[in-house]
Amino acid sequence: MLRYALKRFLSLVISLAVASLVIFAVIEIAPGDPASYMLGMNAQPETLASLRSELGLDQSRPERYFNWITGMLGGDFGTSYTYRTPVADMVAQRLWVSLPLALYALALSTLIAFPAGIYAAARRGKAGDISVMGATQLGVAIPNFWFAMMLVLLFAIKLRWFSAGGFAGWDKGFFAGIRSLTLPAIALALPQAAILARVMRSSLLDVLGEDFMRTARAKGLTARQALWRHGLRNAMIPVLTIIGLQFSFLLAGGIIIEQVFYLPGLGRLIFQSISARDLIVVESVTMLLVFAVIFVNFAVDLAYAAVDPRLRART
Amino acid sequence: MNLLSVQNLTLSIYTFDILRDVSFNIDAGEIVAITGESGSGKSMTALAAMQLLPQGTRTSGRIMLGDDDITTFTEAELCAMRGNDIGMVFQEPMTALNPVKTIGDQVAETILIHERTTKTDAMNRAADTLERVGLPQSKFPLSRFPHELSGGQRQRVVIAMAIALRPRLLIADEPTTALDVTTQAQILTLLTKLAREDGMGLMMITHDLAVVADMADRIIVMRNGEVVEQGETKSLLHNMQHPYTRMLFNASSHTVTLPDTAAETPLLQVTGVSRDYRTPRKTLFGRPGQFRAVNNVSFSLNRGERLGLVGESGCGKSTLTRALLGLEPVQHGTITLNGEPVFTGNSPNLSVRRCMQVVFQDPYGSFNPRHHVARLITEPFHLLPDPPQGAARKRAIDEALVAVGLTPADADKYIHEFSGGQRQRIAIARALIIRPDLIVFDEAVSALDVSVRAQILDLLAELCTTYDLSYLFISHDLSVVRTITDRVLVMKAGEIVEQGQTETVFTTPQHPYTKSLIEAAPVLPDLKGQTA
Amino acid sequence: MSRNLIFGALLSAVFLLAALVSFVWTPYDFTALNIPARLQTPNLTHLLGTDHFGRDILSLIMVGARTSIAVALVAVGIGMGLGIPLGLWAAARRGSLIDEIIMRGNDLVFAFPSLVIAILITAVFGAGAINAIIAIGIFNIPVFARITRGAALSLWEREFILAARVAGKSAARISVEHILPNVTNLLIVQGTIQFSLGILAEAGLSYVGLGAQPPLPSWGRMLADAQTMVSIAPHMALMPGFAIILTVLGLNLMGDGLRDYLDPRLRVART
Repeated sequence: MLRYALKRFLSLVISLAVASLVIFAVIEIAPGDPASYMLGMNAQPETLASLRSELGLDQSRPERYFNWITGMLGGDFGTSYTYRTPVADMVAQRLWVSLPLALYALALSTLIAFPAGIYAAARRGKAGDISVMGATQLGVAIPNFWFAMMLVLLFAIKLRWFSAGGFAGWDKGFFAGIRSLTLPAIALALPQAAILARVMRSSLLDVLGEDFMRTARAKGLTARQALWRHGLRNAMIPVLTIIGLQFSFLLAGGIIIEQVFYLPGLGRLIFQSISARDLIVVESVTMLLVFAVIFVNFAVDLAYAAVDPRLRART
Repeated sequence: MNLLSVQNLTLSIYTFDILRDVSFNIDAGEIVAITGESGSGKSMTALAAMQLLPQGTRTSGRIMLGDDDITTFTEAELCAMRGNDIGMVFQEPMTALNPVKTIGDQVAETILIHERTTKTDAMNRAADTLERVGLPQSKFPLSRFPHELSGGQRQRVVIAMAIALRPRLLIADEPTTALDVTTQAQILTLLTKLAREDGMGLMMITHDLAVVADMADRIIVMRNGEVVEQGETKSLLHNMQHPYTRMLFNASSHTVTLPDTAAETPLLQVTGVSRDYRTPRKTLFGRPGQFRAVNNVSFSLNRGERLGLVGESGCGKSTLTRALLGLEPVQHGTITLNGEPVFTGNSPNLSVRRCMQVVFQDPYGSFNPRHHVARLITEPFHLLPDPPQGAARKRAIDEALVAVGLTPADADKYIHEFSGGQRQRIAIARALIIRPDLIVFDEAVSALDVSVRAQILDLLAELCTTYDLSYLFISHDLSVVRTITDRVLVMKAGEIVEQGQTETVFTTPQHPYTKSLIEAAPVLPDLKGQTA
Repeated sequence: MSRNLIFGALLSAVFLLAALVSFVWTPYDFTALNIPARLQTPNLTHLLGTDHFGRDILSLIMVGARTSIAVALVAVGIGMGLGIPLGLWAAARRGSLIDEIIMRGNDLVFAFPSLVIAILITAVFGAGAINAIIAIGIFNIPVFARITRGAALSLWEREFILAARVAGKSAARISVEHILPNVTNLLIVQGTIQFSLGILAEAGLSYVGLGAQPPLPSWGRMLADAQTMVSIAPHMALMPGFAIILTVLGLNLMGDGLRDYLDPRLRVART
């Protein structure tokens, strides 16, 4: 088990190293010099040079990459070109919106999808299954940001149950924060829940066809007992994979949803930075997102081993 | 009174009729074998006795367990019956166990489902049951997972699950078909012992008459969903009434006569061949381990000779076959055909390969489903520098198809239009078409029903006369190897432990492993002179 | 043929047709501003109403279909064009260093959701339809590589492939002659699914301004325009939304239907 975890961890480190190189390289080939962008067209060459050295732009590329990485490891994400404030502070503040939103949506998606998928699989081919599957077919097709607009229209404008946008802030209390994240989280979660429910159902149906399910029935288990005791855990592996993938979609999808609800999260930060050509912020935020995705997949790999003893034995 | 009495059972799934008017009885403590070829309905009969039938099944007739007709049971009554009154063992031990639960939990579950008792008590009884089926706690603790056990050991766990509550009836559906001969013998002995000790009825479903000939008290022969004959084992085998029973019996012990050849010039020479595989690293930065699948194997095959290679699964015969065919390189030793190496440098040697062809086991997986027969059997033409075109190509195709008992018209059909036996004929046609010096038969008749197998063996004997074949016949089935080869190699754990004239090896085996193999192989009683 | 397949194919065909027709004819000129006629709800002269500039929404949706379909189609093309050969290559050299590199590379691309790729590209090269295509296309590559490799791996163990190897055929030739035709069905089905995902992704990117730029209409940008108007003119948001949902639904139903139709196991039952 430890060997398996170590091996997965090694692969996590390598993935992060390569990903950081890719991001660094892409930002490097960006045309234009941030310093001249910041100072405008008429800047003096001397001021430009001093700003360049202040930002570390006069160093060689390997040096800058090295500084960026070691800085990130130590929590120093560099200094924003436009705001002249540490990127880490800006990111930390925004993360407190984006991360809870993604987790909230993931929780909602799982809570909806598991019962729906299990219900549909247990009633395969019957009316219940067909209606759940029809609903998920529709759910998969709905763009989440459009769904978000519809939620705003219904619950904020017509019914006035929620505010149409903005973030109350955690300092107003936990429930005030959760309340402003509820509509965005629903908008994010429902389309993902549709996908997850479909995966849950088909994975369960695959397992139901396995020999050991017949063995379980031959022991005297009812169909329902066999499903819960033997089917569910075996069906979890593809489901875990999808949950892992969904987390990255939810983080990224959150960027768009933040636009709809005017939430001060990473998404808004990144778009402001793009239009201001504040590339150091773009660089650090994408790296952070990629780190989150890779780390979640690492966690999913560990979860596989918890579910499946065969993986623990393997290296 | 009978323990189980199946009366006029007729069964259909949607519009397909599966069973018709099946009737038989099983008494307490009696071992009854149901045998027949594929499609005979024997497995469906077993599932009907468990009432574990697929969706869309309709039945009529009665299945009496003691005084109760189980076809009238509610689902709750059936659940109370399964595992408690009737236990069941399945064919495929590799998939019959839940991979994510320990064997202790799985055996104890049978007890916990049916009795109000504590987990500790159930686990203790599971340990006792595992001990009974030959898995002592000292070596196989309850905490083992299925993937840590071999196929035979897993089958013992499945048996333990089925007998944990000492049911009145045990149903075993092809319980040894997926196992090696020596393991098969052990499992059969275990099943017999359990039935006798507990006074339990045992319903054995098998396609192999030899397996049940010396084990069953009574035999039921089925064909196309009907019982054609049933009776007490000895009397049934000695006066077979139905022609199908006679055919089945004869086909099971079918022998052919090979034409004599003077096999003196060496064709294939294998000298000191070893093949290693890497095994996963033991520690994160440790060196990967080595597993020697084939160890220092040497033999030769002369032109015109029919050589057999027998051994159990994992003995290295598949690895050796791949090396012979030049599909994989070997680490040590040389393999030459007509004096030329089959593998030169990094790539297989084409001029040698065109002298060698292969017929595989699976008649369903051996062909690309998207090509028609003419294209399938001419694939080896790719090996020729100057393959025949137009009329010559057509002639070659026709000749190959006719040689294997098909017609030239079959060339334009697709593979799914043929039965398993016909497909194996097509595979032989594909091997014959470039007139190779050597054909490798890799378990080529193992997947076939006995009657079809007999026909293919006849075809091989016939081709030996017309084509002067030399072949290497790889099989786990000793009775087939005995009749179809002149000389035989016995392989165990990557090494050849014995070789010699086939008849000599079979009648006076020298190596203890060969002896145990021959002893374990089930044989039909010799009835010559009594059935005529 | 199942109802899913027919219904899905019809639905997809409607939008494809709308896109094609828009090249020669739209009810109104989609660039013409007509302020007096702005914010009309659906009526007989403007079947789907007008937007805040008085442009005809039906015309905009027809031209927008062009953008959506083109972007998604080219992105699937990129994914297939690179992903399938990579998958075949990895499977042919299974277990080797090449296989490992291709598969690790795939994992890495999966760590960059298409939106993140789009953000990176946009940050460097600026926004535009071409960059949206590249962002979605790159993300499609590992999807096709993985599915091709997975299916090819099991085929390589099949005996008819061994027979072809015994017949002396090279790995490349076997991949093209035997492997590819036997994974085509799977790829067609996956292609339909990626196509529908591409339409959703394009809409999302255009919505946040990373996709097609004005004056080229796109469904995502129509929704972005509609956002500020949603309380006074909900139809501006509803119409393009329905267009996206119906297209994606159609493609998904078609994909499901095709999967059942092309599955050889189910075909046996049918004949």
